[in-house]
Amino acid sequence: MYSQTVMEHFNNPRHAGVIDNPDGTGEVGNPTCGDMMTFYIKVKDDRIEDVKFQTFGCVAAIAVSDIVSEMAIGKTLAEAQKITKKVVAEALGGLPPNKMHCSNLGADALALAIQNYQEKTEPPQADQKAKKRINES
Amino acid sequence: MKRVYLDHAAATPVREEVLEAMLPYFRERFGNPSAVYDLGADIKEVIEAARAKVAGFIGAPADQVIFTSCGAEANNLAVKGAALAHLKKGRHVIVSAIEHHSVLNSARYLEKFHDFEVTFLPVNKFGQVEPERLARALTPATVLVSIQHASNEIGTIQRLKELTGLCREQGVVFHTDAVATAGQIPVDVKDLGVDLLSLSGPALGAPKGIGALYFRRGVRLVPQIHSGIQENGRRGGTENVPGIVGLGTAAELAGAELAANARRLKDLRNRLVAGVNDRIAGAIFTGHPEERLPGHASFCFEGIEGEALIFLVNARGICANTGSACASKALKVSPTLCAIGLSPEVAQGSMVFTLGGDNDQEDIDYVLAELPLAVEKLRAFSPVWRKKLAAASGG
Ligand code: FES
Repeated sequence: MYSQTVMEHFNNPRHAGVIDNPDGTGEVGNPTCGDMMTFYIKVKDDRIEDVKFQTFGCVAAIAVSDIVSEMAIGKTLAEAQKITKKVVAEALGGLPPNKMHCSNLGADALALAIQNYQEKTEPPQADQKAKKRINES
Repeated sequence: MKRVYLDHAAATPVREEVLEAMLPYFRERFGNPSAVYDLGADIKEVIEAARAKVAGFIGAPADQVIFTSCGAEANNLAVKGAALAHLKKGRHVIVSAIEHHSVLNSARYLEKFHDFEVTFLPVNKFGQVEPERLARALTPATVLVSIQHASNEIGTIQRLKELTGLCREQGVVFHTDAVATAGQIPVDVKDLGVDLLSLSGPALGAPKGIGALYFRRGVRLVPQIHSGIQENGRRGGTENVPGIVGLGTAAELAGAELAANARRLKDLRNRLVAGVNDRIAGAIFTGHPEERLPGHASFCFEGIEGEALIFLVNARGICANTGSACASKALKVSPTLCAIGLSPEVAQGSMVFTLGGDNDQEDIDYVLAELPLAVEKLRAFSPVWRKKLAAASGG
Protein backbone atom coordinates (compact mmCIF):
# COMPACT_ATOMS: atom_id res chain seq x y z
CA MET A 1 0.00 0.00 0.00
CA TYR A 2 2.80 2.46 0.90
CA SER A 3 6.07 3.08 -0.93
CA GLN A 4 9.36 2.06 0.63
CA THR A 5 10.25 5.72 1.21
CA VAL A 6 7.01 6.26 3.13
CA MET A 7 7.73 3.23 5.29
CA GLU A 8 11.29 4.36 5.97
CA HIS A 9 10.20 7.78 7.16
CA PHE A 10 7.36 6.25 9.15
CA ASN A 11 9.52 3.65 10.86
CA ASN A 12 12.43 5.99 11.60
CA PRO A 13 11.23 9.55 11.71
CA ARG A 14 14.34 11.67 12.26
CA HIS A 15 12.63 14.94 13.00
CA ALA A 16 9.93 13.89 15.42
CA GLY A 17 9.93 15.89 18.60
CA VAL A 18 9.55 19.34 20.05
CA ILE A 19 11.77 22.45 19.93
CA ASP A 20 11.86 24.35 23.17
CA ASN A 21 11.47 28.07 22.58
CA PRO A 22 10.81 27.73 18.86
CA ASP A 23 10.86 30.74 16.58
CA GLY A 24 7.60 29.64 15.03
CA THR A 25 4.93 26.99 15.51
CA GLY A 26 2.13 25.84 13.21
CA GLU A 27 -0.70 23.54 14.10
CA VAL A 28 -3.22 22.03 11.70
CA GLY A 29 -6.05 19.56 12.04
CA ASN A 30 -6.99 17.18 9.28
CA PRO A 31 -10.57 18.03 8.36
CA THR A 32 -11.09 14.64 6.74
CA CYS A 33 -10.19 12.34 9.58
CA GLY A 34 -9.63 14.63 12.55
CA ASP A 35 -5.91 14.11 12.97
CA MET A 36 -3.36 16.68 14.07
CA MET A 37 0.08 17.97 13.18
CA THR A 38 2.28 20.55 14.91
CA PHE A 39 5.47 21.99 13.43
CA TYR A 40 8.19 23.82 15.34
CA ILE A 41 10.88 25.82 13.54
CA LYS A 42 14.13 27.51 14.43
CA VAL A 43 15.10 30.35 12.08
CA LYS A 44 18.44 32.07 11.64
CA ASP A 45 19.23 34.75 9.03
CA ASP A 46 16.05 34.01 7.13
CA ARG A 47 17.00 30.36 6.91
CA ILE A 48 15.29 27.42 8.60
CA GLU A 49 17.85 25.97 10.93
CA ASP A 50 15.84 23.19 12.47
CA VAL A 51 12.38 21.65 12.24
CA LYS A 52 10.62 19.25 14.59
CA PHE A 53 7.12 17.91 14.34
CA GLN A 54 4.48 16.21 16.44
CA THR A 55 1.86 14.21 14.62
CA PHE A 56 -1.26 12.36 15.64
CA GLY A 57 -2.17 10.54 12.47
CA CYS A 58 -1.72 7.73 10.02
CA VAL A 59 1.40 6.25 8.47
CA ALA A 60 1.21 8.76 5.59
CA ALA A 61 0.79 11.73 7.92
CA ILE A 62 3.85 10.74 9.94
CA ALA A 63 5.98 10.11 6.85
CA VAL A 64 4.81 13.43 5.36
CA SER A 65 5.74 15.27 8.56
CA ASP A 66 9.20 13.79 8.53
CA ILE A 67 9.97 14.45 4.90
CA VAL A 68 8.61 18.01 5.03
CA SER A 69 10.90 18.66 7.98
CA GLU A 70 13.83 17.19 6.10
CA MET A 71 13.08 19.25 3.00
CA ALA A 72 12.65 22.48 4.95
CA ILE A 73 15.85 22.36 6.97
CA GLY A 74 18.50 24.61 5.39
CA LYS A 75 16.05 26.35 3.07
CA THR A 76 15.29 30.08 3.18
CA LEU A 77 11.81 30.93 4.33
CA ALA A 78 10.80 31.80 0.78
CA GLU A 79 12.11 28.48 -0.53
CA ALA A 80 10.42 26.55 2.24
CA GLN A 81 7.13 28.18 1.42
CA LYS A 82 7.32 26.61 -2.02
CA ILE A 83 7.06 23.10 -0.59
CA THR A 84 3.70 21.94 -1.88
CA LYS A 85 1.69 18.81 -1.30
CA LYS A 86 2.61 17.67 -4.79
CA VAL A 87 6.33 17.99 -4.15
CA VAL A 88 5.91 16.17 -0.85
CA ALA A 89 3.96 13.29 -2.37
CA GLU A 90 6.54 12.93 -5.15
CA ALA A 91 9.45 12.92 -2.73
CA LEU A 92 7.73 10.08 -0.88
CA GLY A 93 7.50 8.00 -4.04
CA GLY A 94 3.75 8.59 -4.26
CA LEU A 95 0.88 8.22 -1.82
CA PRO A 96 -2.32 6.19 -2.15
CA PRO A 97 -5.05 8.44 -3.62
CA ASN A 98 -7.12 8.54 -0.44
CA LYS A 99 -4.02 9.59 1.50
CA MET A 100 -3.13 12.59 -0.61
CA HIS A 101 -4.92 14.88 1.81
CA CYS A 102 -2.38 13.92 4.50
CA SER A 103 0.36 15.50 2.39
CA ASN A 104 -1.49 18.84 2.51
CA LEU A 105 -1.19 18.79 6.25
CA GLY A 106 2.58 18.80 6.28
CA ALA A 107 2.93 21.72 3.88
CA ASP A 108 0.17 23.63 5.67
CA ALA A 109 1.64 23.15 9.12
CA LEU A 110 5.07 24.26 7.95
CA ALA A 111 3.60 27.32 6.24
CA LEU A 112 1.74 28.21 9.42
CA ALA A 113 4.93 27.90 11.44
CA ILE A 114 6.69 30.25 9.03
CA GLN A 115 3.77 32.66 9.17
CA ASN A 116 3.86 32.53 12.93
CA TYR A 117 7.56 33.39 12.86
CA GLN A 118 6.97 36.26 10.47
CA GLU A 119 4.15 37.65 12.53
CA LYS A 120 6.48 37.75 15.49
CA THR A 121 9.34 39.41 13.63
CA GLU A 122 8.12 41.32 10.61
CA PRO A 123 6.15 44.57 10.42
CA PRO A 124 2.38 44.18 10.01
CA GLN A 125 2.38 44.74 6.25
CA ALA A 126 4.59 41.78 5.48
CA ASP A 127 2.40 39.86 7.82
CA GLN A 128 -0.59 40.53 5.58
CA LYS A 129 1.31 39.28 2.58
CA ALA A 130 2.29 36.08 4.31
CA LYS A 131 -1.28 35.43 5.29
CA LYS A 132 -2.40 35.98 1.76
CA ARG A 133 0.10 33.50 0.46
CA ILE A 134 -1.16 30.86 2.84
CA ASN A 135 -4.75 31.48 1.92
CA GLU A 136 -3.92 31.09 -1.72
CA SER A 137 -1.93 27.90 -1.35
CA MET B 1 10.48 -13.31 12.79
CA LYS B 2 7.57 -14.57 14.81
CA ARG B 3 4.15 -14.19 13.23
CA VAL B 4 1.12 -13.72 15.43
CA TYR B 5 -2.20 -13.57 13.67
CA LEU B 6 -4.94 -11.95 15.73
CA ASP B 7 -7.52 -10.97 13.13
CA HIS B 8 -9.64 -14.10 12.97
CA ALA B 9 -12.78 -12.03 12.50
CA ALA B 10 -11.43 -11.01 9.09
CA ALA B 11 -10.28 -14.43 7.93
CA THR B 12 -9.14 -17.75 9.35
CA PRO B 13 -6.88 -20.36 7.82
CA VAL B 14 -8.93 -23.10 6.19
CA ARG B 15 -8.80 -26.13 8.45
CA GLU B 16 -6.94 -29.19 7.25
CA GLU B 17 -10.01 -31.43 7.62
CA VAL B 18 -12.10 -28.91 5.72
CA LEU B 19 -9.68 -28.69 2.83
CA GLU B 20 -9.46 -32.51 2.65
CA ALA B 21 -13.22 -32.78 2.52
CA MET B 22 -13.41 -30.18 -0.25
CA LEU B 23 -10.70 -31.47 -2.56
CA PRO B 24 -12.63 -34.18 -4.41
CA TYR B 25 -15.20 -31.63 -5.51
CA PHE B 26 -12.77 -29.61 -7.56
CA ARG B 27 -11.67 -32.33 -9.99
CA GLU B 28 -13.13 -35.83 -9.61
CA ARG B 29 -16.63 -34.88 -8.54
CA PHE B 30 -16.95 -31.63 -10.44
CA GLY B 31 -20.42 -32.22 -11.90
CA ASN B 32 -23.15 -29.62 -11.89
CA PRO B 33 -25.72 -30.62 -9.28
CA SER B 34 -28.53 -29.59 -11.60
CA ALA B 35 -27.54 -32.22 -14.17
CA VAL B 36 -29.57 -35.38 -14.67
CA TYR B 37 -26.72 -37.89 -15.16
CA ASP B 38 -24.92 -39.48 -12.21
CA LEU B 39 -21.83 -37.23 -12.18
CA GLY B 40 -24.04 -34.25 -11.40
CA ALA B 41 -27.08 -35.74 -9.76
CA ASP B 42 -25.00 -37.48 -7.07
CA ILE B 43 -23.74 -34.11 -5.96
CA LYS B 44 -27.23 -33.16 -4.81
CA GLU B 45 -26.92 -35.60 -1.95
CA VAL B 46 -23.54 -34.18 -1.05
CA ILE B 47 -25.06 -30.72 -0.82
CA GLU B 48 -27.95 -31.97 1.30
CA ALA B 49 -25.56 -33.74 3.67
CA ALA B 50 -23.62 -30.49 4.13
CA ARG B 51 -26.86 -28.59 4.60
CA ALA B 52 -27.87 -30.98 7.37
CA LYS B 53 -24.55 -30.39 9.13
CA VAL B 54 -24.85 -26.61 8.95
CA ALA B 55 -28.47 -26.79 10.10
CA GLY B 56 -27.51 -29.11 12.97
CA PHE B 57 -24.87 -26.66 14.07
CA ILE B 58 -27.49 -23.95 14.65
CA GLY B 59 -30.33 -26.20 15.80
CA ALA B 60 -32.36 -25.80 12.63
CA PRO B 61 -34.21 -28.29 10.42
CA ALA B 62 -32.08 -29.22 7.43
CA ASP B 63 -34.40 -27.76 4.81
CA GLN B 64 -34.26 -24.28 6.32
CA VAL B 65 -30.72 -23.37 5.35
CA ILE B 66 -29.80 -21.54 2.13
CA PHE B 67 -26.22 -21.49 0.93
CA THR B 68 -24.89 -18.12 -0.19
CA SER B 69 -21.56 -16.79 -1.43
CA CYS B 70 -20.65 -15.15 1.89
CA GLY B 71 -21.99 -13.67 5.09
CA ALA B 72 -22.61 -10.35 3.37
CA GLU B 73 -24.82 -12.03 0.77
CA ALA B 74 -26.72 -13.80 3.54
CA ASN B 75 -27.31 -10.40 5.18
CA ASN B 76 -28.39 -8.86 1.88
CA LEU B 77 -30.81 -11.69 1.21
CA ALA B 78 -32.22 -11.47 4.72
CA VAL B 79 -32.68 -7.70 4.89
CA LYS B 80 -33.69 -6.93 1.31
CA GLY B 81 -35.33 -10.29 0.66
CA ALA B 82 -37.56 -10.23 3.73
CA ALA B 83 -38.38 -6.52 3.53
CA LEU B 84 -39.38 -6.72 -0.13
CA ALA B 85 -41.49 -9.81 0.53
CA HIS B 86 -43.65 -7.90 3.01
CA LEU B 87 -44.36 -4.68 1.10
CA LYS B 88 -48.09 -5.13 1.66
CA LYS B 89 -47.65 -4.88 5.39
CA GLY B 90 -45.49 -1.77 5.36
CA ARG B 91 -42.20 -0.16 4.54
CA HIS B 92 -40.36 0.24 7.80
CA VAL B 93 -37.25 -1.65 8.88
CA ILE B 94 -35.20 -1.36 12.05
CA VAL B 95 -31.49 -2.10 12.25
CA SER B 96 -29.03 -1.31 15.00
CA ALA B 97 -26.53 1.47 14.42
CA ILE B 98 -23.64 -0.96 14.81
CA GLU B 99 -24.51 -3.55 12.16
CA HIS B 100 -22.08 -4.78 9.54
CA HIS B 101 -21.97 -2.69 6.37
CA SER B 102 -23.86 -5.41 4.52
CA VAL B 103 -26.84 -4.83 6.81
CA LEU B 104 -26.53 -1.04 7.09
CA ASN B 105 -26.16 -0.57 3.36
CA SER B 106 -28.94 -3.03 2.52
CA ALA B 107 -31.20 -0.93 4.73
CA ARG B 108 -30.02 2.25 3.01
CA TYR B 109 -30.75 0.63 -0.34
CA LEU B 110 -34.33 -0.02 0.77
CA GLU B 111 -34.58 3.58 1.90
CA LYS B 112 -33.24 4.97 -1.34
CA PHE B 113 -34.83 2.75 -3.96
CA HIS B 114 -37.97 1.36 -2.32
CA ASP B 115 -39.20 4.23 -0.17
CA PHE B 116 -38.61 2.43 3.08
CA GLU B 117 -38.24 4.23 6.32
CA VAL B 118 -35.24 2.96 8.25
CA THR B 119 -34.65 3.31 11.97
CA PHE B 120 -31.02 3.03 13.01
CA LEU B 121 -31.33 2.03 16.65
CA PRO B 122 -28.80 3.51 19.05
CA VAL B 123 -26.93 1.29 21.48
CA ASN B 124 -25.74 1.86 25.05
CA LYS B 125 -22.10 2.42 25.93
CA PHE B 126 -21.45 -1.34 25.86
CA GLY B 127 -22.92 -1.59 22.40
CA GLN B 128 -26.16 -3.30 23.40
CA VAL B 129 -29.60 -2.48 22.05
CA GLU B 130 -31.96 -1.84 24.94
CA PRO B 131 -35.32 -3.61 24.61
CA GLU B 132 -37.31 -0.47 25.51
CA ARG B 133 -35.75 1.33 22.58
CA LEU B 134 -36.70 -1.42 20.19
CA ALA B 135 -40.22 -1.53 21.63
CA ARG B 136 -40.61 2.19 21.02
CA ALA B 137 -39.28 1.96 17.48
CA LEU B 138 -41.68 -0.78 16.36
CA THR B 139 -44.67 0.49 14.36
CA PRO B 140 -47.53 -1.28 12.57
CA ALA B 141 -45.56 -0.74 9.35
CA THR B 142 -42.42 -2.46 10.64
CA VAL B 143 -41.69 -5.54 8.57
CA LEU B 144 -38.16 -6.43 9.65
CA VAL B 145 -35.75 -5.97 12.52
CA SER B 146 -32.08 -6.82 12.01
CA ILE B 147 -29.80 -6.87 15.04
CA GLN B 148 -26.49 -8.67 15.13
CA HIS B 149 -25.74 -11.49 17.56
CA ALA B 150 -22.39 -9.97 18.45
CA SER B 151 -20.06 -7.27 17.21
CA ASN B 152 -16.79 -8.13 15.53
CA GLU B 153 -15.52 -4.68 16.40
CA ILE B 154 -16.20 -4.44 20.11
CA GLY B 155 -17.00 -8.06 20.95
CA THR B 156 -20.29 -7.29 22.68
CA ILE B 157 -22.99 -9.98 22.59
CA GLN B 158 -26.56 -8.72 22.29
CA ARG B 159 -29.28 -9.91 24.66
CA LEU B 160 -31.15 -11.22 21.66
CA LYS B 161 -33.85 -13.20 23.43
CA GLU B 162 -35.29 -10.05 24.98
CA LEU B 163 -35.39 -8.46 21.54
CA THR B 164 -36.72 -11.36 19.52
CA GLY B 165 -39.55 -11.84 22.04
CA LEU B 166 -40.82 -8.33 21.34
CA CYS B 167 -40.85 -8.90 17.60
CA ARG B 168 -42.44 -12.32 17.83
CA GLU B 169 -45.36 -10.82 19.78
CA GLN B 170 -45.98 -8.34 17.01
CA GLY B 171 -45.34 -10.65 14.09
CA VAL B 172 -42.26 -8.78 12.90
CA VAL B 173 -39.56 -10.82 11.16
CA PHE B 174 -36.29 -10.82 13.14
CA HIS B 175 -32.94 -11.30 11.47
CA THR B 176 -29.60 -11.67 13.20
CA ASP B 177 -26.11 -11.60 11.77
CA ALA B 178 -24.35 -14.41 13.63
CA VAL B 179 -21.11 -14.26 11.67
CA ALA B 180 -19.19 -13.14 14.76
CA THR B 181 -20.68 -15.63 17.21
CA ALA B 182 -20.77 -18.89 15.23
CA GLY B 183 -18.04 -21.15 16.58
CA GLN B 184 -17.42 -18.84 19.55
CA ILE B 185 -20.60 -19.26 21.60
CA PRO B 186 -23.67 -21.49 21.15
CA VAL B 187 -25.91 -20.32 18.32
CA ASP B 188 -29.34 -21.97 18.40
CA VAL B 189 -32.05 -20.45 16.25
CA LYS B 190 -34.90 -21.75 18.42
CA ASP B 191 -33.33 -20.68 21.65
CA LEU B 192 -32.62 -17.21 20.26
CA GLY B 193 -36.06 -16.98 18.71
CA VAL B 194 -34.85 -15.60 15.39
CA ASP B 195 -36.51 -15.95 12.00
CA LEU B 196 -33.40 -15.39 9.90
CA LEU B 197 -29.75 -15.91 10.80
CA SER B 198 -26.59 -15.32 8.75
CA LEU B 199 -23.40 -17.39 8.84
CA SER B 200 -20.07 -17.02 7.11
CA GLY B 201 -17.58 -19.74 6.15
CA PRO B 202 -14.28 -18.00 6.81
CA ALA B 203 -15.25 -17.31 10.42
CA LEU B 204 -15.45 -21.08 10.96
CA GLY B 205 -12.38 -22.39 9.20
CA ALA B 206 -14.10 -22.80 5.83
CA PRO B 207 -12.80 -20.83 2.85
CA LYS B 208 -13.88 -17.39 1.67
CA GLY B 209 -16.73 -17.50 -0.81
CA ILE B 210 -19.26 -19.46 1.22
CA GLY B 211 -21.94 -18.43 3.68
CA ALA B 212 -25.43 -19.47 4.68
CA LEU B 213 -28.76 -18.06 5.74
CA TYR B 214 -31.19 -19.82 8.06
CA PHE B 215 -34.88 -19.03 7.51
CA ARG B 216 -37.70 -20.16 9.74
CA ARG B 217 -40.35 -22.09 7.85
CA GLY B 218 -42.96 -19.71 6.52
CA VAL B 219 -40.73 -16.63 6.40
CA ARG B 220 -40.98 -15.26 2.89
CA LEU B 221 -37.93 -14.02 0.99
CA VAL B 222 -37.59 -12.38 -2.39
CA PRO B 223 -34.47 -13.87 -4.00
CA GLN B 224 -31.66 -11.43 -4.58
CA ILE B 225 -29.88 -13.56 -7.16
CA HIS B 226 -32.27 -14.50 -9.92
CA SER B 227 -31.53 -17.61 -11.92
CA GLY B 228 -32.78 -21.18 -11.88
CA ILE B 229 -34.45 -22.88 -8.96
CA GLN B 230 -31.33 -23.74 -7.03
CA GLU B 231 -31.80 -23.56 -3.25
CA ASN B 232 -35.53 -24.12 -3.80
CA GLY B 233 -35.81 -20.92 -5.76
CA ARG B 234 -34.48 -18.77 -2.94
CA ARG B 235 -31.02 -18.24 -4.37
CA GLY B 236 -30.19 -18.75 -8.03
CA GLY B 237 -26.82 -19.69 -9.47
CA THR B 238 -24.85 -22.91 -9.65
CA GLU B 239 -23.95 -24.10 -6.19
CA ASN B 240 -20.40 -23.62 -4.90
CA VAL B 241 -20.08 -27.32 -4.16
CA PRO B 242 -16.56 -27.37 -2.67
CA GLY B 243 -17.44 -24.37 -0.52
CA ILE B 244 -20.68 -25.96 0.63
CA VAL B 245 -18.88 -29.18 1.55
CA GLY B 246 -16.26 -27.11 3.35
CA LEU B 247 -18.83 -25.17 5.33
CA GLY B 248 -20.62 -28.38 6.30
CA THR B 249 -17.42 -29.91 7.59
CA ALA B 250 -16.35 -26.72 9.35
CA ALA B 251 -19.72 -26.34 11.06
CA GLU B 252 -19.64 -29.93 12.26
CA LEU B 253 -16.15 -29.51 13.72
CA ALA B 254 -16.95 -26.11 15.25
CA GLY B 255 -20.02 -27.56 16.93
CA ALA B 256 -18.11 -30.47 18.42
CA GLU B 257 -15.29 -28.25 19.72
CA LEU B 258 -17.36 -25.28 20.79
CA ALA B 259 -17.14 -25.50 24.57
CA ALA B 260 -13.44 -26.37 24.74
CA ASN B 261 -12.58 -23.75 22.13
CA ALA B 262 -14.48 -21.02 23.96
CA ARG B 263 -12.78 -21.84 27.26
CA ARG B 264 -9.35 -21.76 25.70
CA LEU B 265 -9.96 -18.50 23.83
CA LYS B 266 -11.37 -16.85 26.91
CA ASP B 267 -8.28 -17.70 28.97
CA LEU B 268 -6.02 -16.26 26.29
CA ARG B 269 -8.22 -13.20 25.91
CA ASN B 270 -8.19 -12.53 29.65
CA ARG B 271 -4.44 -12.79 29.68
CA LEU B 272 -4.21 -10.26 26.86
CA VAL B 273 -6.63 -7.80 28.46
CA ALA B 274 -4.99 -8.00 31.88
CA GLY B 275 -1.54 -7.57 30.34
CA VAL B 276 -2.56 -4.54 28.28
CA ASN B 277 -4.22 -2.87 31.25
CA ASP B 278 -1.11 -3.55 33.29
CA ARG B 279 1.41 -2.26 30.82
CA ILE B 280 -0.27 0.51 28.85
CA ALA B 281 -1.67 3.68 30.40
CA GLY B 282 -4.58 5.34 28.64
CA ALA B 283 -5.95 2.08 27.26
CA ILE B 284 -9.73 2.29 27.02
CA PHE B 285 -11.39 -1.11 26.85
CA THR B 286 -14.29 -1.12 24.38
CA GLY B 287 -17.43 -3.23 24.47
CA HIS B 288 -19.00 -5.19 27.29
CA PRO B 289 -16.54 -6.53 29.88
CA GLU B 290 -18.35 -9.86 30.42
CA GLU B 291 -21.03 -10.28 27.78
CA ARG B 292 -18.55 -10.55 24.96
CA LEU B 293 -17.06 -13.01 22.51
CA PRO B 294 -14.56 -15.27 24.26
CA GLY B 295 -11.79 -14.60 21.75
CA HIS B 296 -12.30 -10.86 21.45
CA ALA B 297 -10.34 -7.98 22.98
CA SER B 298 -10.65 -4.39 21.83
CA PHE B 299 -9.17 -1.12 23.02
CA CYS B 300 -8.64 2.50 22.15
CA PHE B 301 -5.17 3.77 22.99
CA GLU B 302 -5.37 7.45 23.74
CA GLY B 303 -3.19 9.88 21.83
CA ILE B 304 -2.39 7.68 18.84
CA GLU B 305 -3.91 6.64 15.56
CA GLY B 306 -4.77 3.04 14.76
CA GLU B 307 -3.41 2.65 11.26
CA ALA B 308 0.03 3.78 12.35
CA LEU B 309 -0.14 1.38 15.30
CA ILE B 310 -1.17 -1.55 13.11
CA PHE B 311 1.75 -0.89 10.74
CA LEU B 312 4.22 -0.66 13.61
CA VAL B 313 3.19 -3.94 15.23
CA ASN B 314 2.94 -5.54 11.80
CA ALA B 315 6.62 -4.76 11.31
CA ARG B 316 7.08 -7.07 14.34
CA GLY B 317 4.96 -9.83 12.81
CA ILE B 318 1.67 -9.06 14.53
CA CYS B 319 -1.59 -8.86 12.55
CA ALA B 320 -4.53 -7.06 14.16
CA ASN B 321 -7.27 -4.68 13.12
CA THR B 322 -8.43 -1.12 13.81
CA GLY B 323 -11.61 0.92 13.42
CA SER B 324 -9.65 4.15 12.90
CA ALA B 325 -10.91 6.56 10.25
CA CYS B 326 -7.47 6.77 8.64
CA ALA B 327 -7.45 3.01 8.09
CA SER B 328 -10.86 2.91 6.42
CA LYS B 329 -11.22 3.40 2.69
CA ALA B 330 -13.82 6.10 3.20
CA LEU B 331 -11.70 7.79 5.91
CA LYS B 332 -14.68 7.63 8.24
CA VAL B 333 -14.50 6.55 11.81
CA SER B 334 -16.22 3.25 12.51
CA PRO B 335 -19.97 3.75 13.11
CA THR B 336 -19.75 1.25 15.97
CA LEU B 337 -17.15 3.25 17.88
CA CYS B 338 -19.23 6.42 17.39
CA ALA B 339 -22.40 4.65 18.50
CA ILE B 340 -20.90 3.59 21.83
CA GLY B 341 -20.14 7.24 22.52
CA LEU B 342 -16.40 7.48 21.96
CA SER B 343 -15.07 10.83 20.77
CA PRO B 344 -13.63 10.75 17.24
CA GLU B 345 -10.20 11.43 18.71
CA VAL B 346 -10.31 8.45 21.07
CA ALA B 347 -11.84 6.23 18.39
CA GLN B 348 -8.80 6.94 16.21
CA GLY B 349 -6.71 4.85 18.60
CA SER B 350 -8.81 1.72 18.09
CA MET B 351 -7.18 -1.70 18.05
CA VAL B 352 -9.06 -4.98 17.75
CA PHE B 353 -7.75 -8.46 18.50
CA THR B 354 -9.74 -11.52 17.48
CA LEU B 355 -8.19 -14.76 18.65
CA GLY B 356 -8.51 -18.15 17.02
CA GLY B 357 -7.62 -21.80 17.22
CA ASP B 358 -4.03 -21.28 16.11
CA ASN B 359 -3.15 -18.87 18.94
CA ASP B 360 -1.39 -19.86 22.14
CA GLN B 361 -0.07 -18.25 25.29
CA GLU B 362 3.27 -17.53 23.70
CA ASP B 363 1.52 -15.43 21.06
CA ILE B 364 -0.19 -13.35 23.70
CA ASP B 365 3.02 -12.82 25.64
CA TYR B 366 4.76 -11.74 22.46
CA VAL B 367 2.05 -9.15 21.81
CA LEU B 368 2.31 -7.97 25.41
CA ALA B 369 6.03 -7.44 24.92
CA GLU B 370 5.76 -5.63 21.58
CA LEU B 371 2.58 -3.60 21.83
CA PRO B 372 3.64 -1.26 24.67
CA LEU B 373 6.77 -0.35 22.69
CA ALA B 374 4.75 0.54 19.62
CA VAL B 375 2.26 2.60 21.61
CA GLU B 376 5.09 4.40 23.34
CA LYS B 377 6.89 5.11 20.09
CA LEU B 378 3.84 6.82 18.59
CA ARG B 379 2.96 8.68 21.75
CA ALA B 380 6.47 10.10 21.93
CA PHE B 381 5.61 12.45 19.07
CA SER B 382 1.86 12.76 19.50
CA PRO B 383 0.63 16.32 20.10
CA VAL B 384 -2.57 14.89 21.56
CA TRP B 385 -0.76 12.74 24.10
CA ARG B 386 1.53 15.63 24.97
CA LYS B 387 -1.44 17.84 25.72
CA LYS B 388 -3.03 15.13 27.80
CA LEU B 389 0.12 14.68 29.88
CA ALA B 390 0.44 18.43 30.32
CA ALA B 391 -3.18 18.65 31.45
CA ALA B 392 -2.68 15.76 33.85
CA SER B 393 0.34 17.38 35.46
CA GLY B 394 -1.58 20.63 35.74
CA GLY B 395 0.70 22.46 33.34
S1 FES C 1 -3.93 11.36 9.04
FE1 FES C 1 -5.86 10.39 8.82
S2 FES C 1 -5.68 9.52 6.86
FE2 FES C 1 -3.73 10.36 7.15
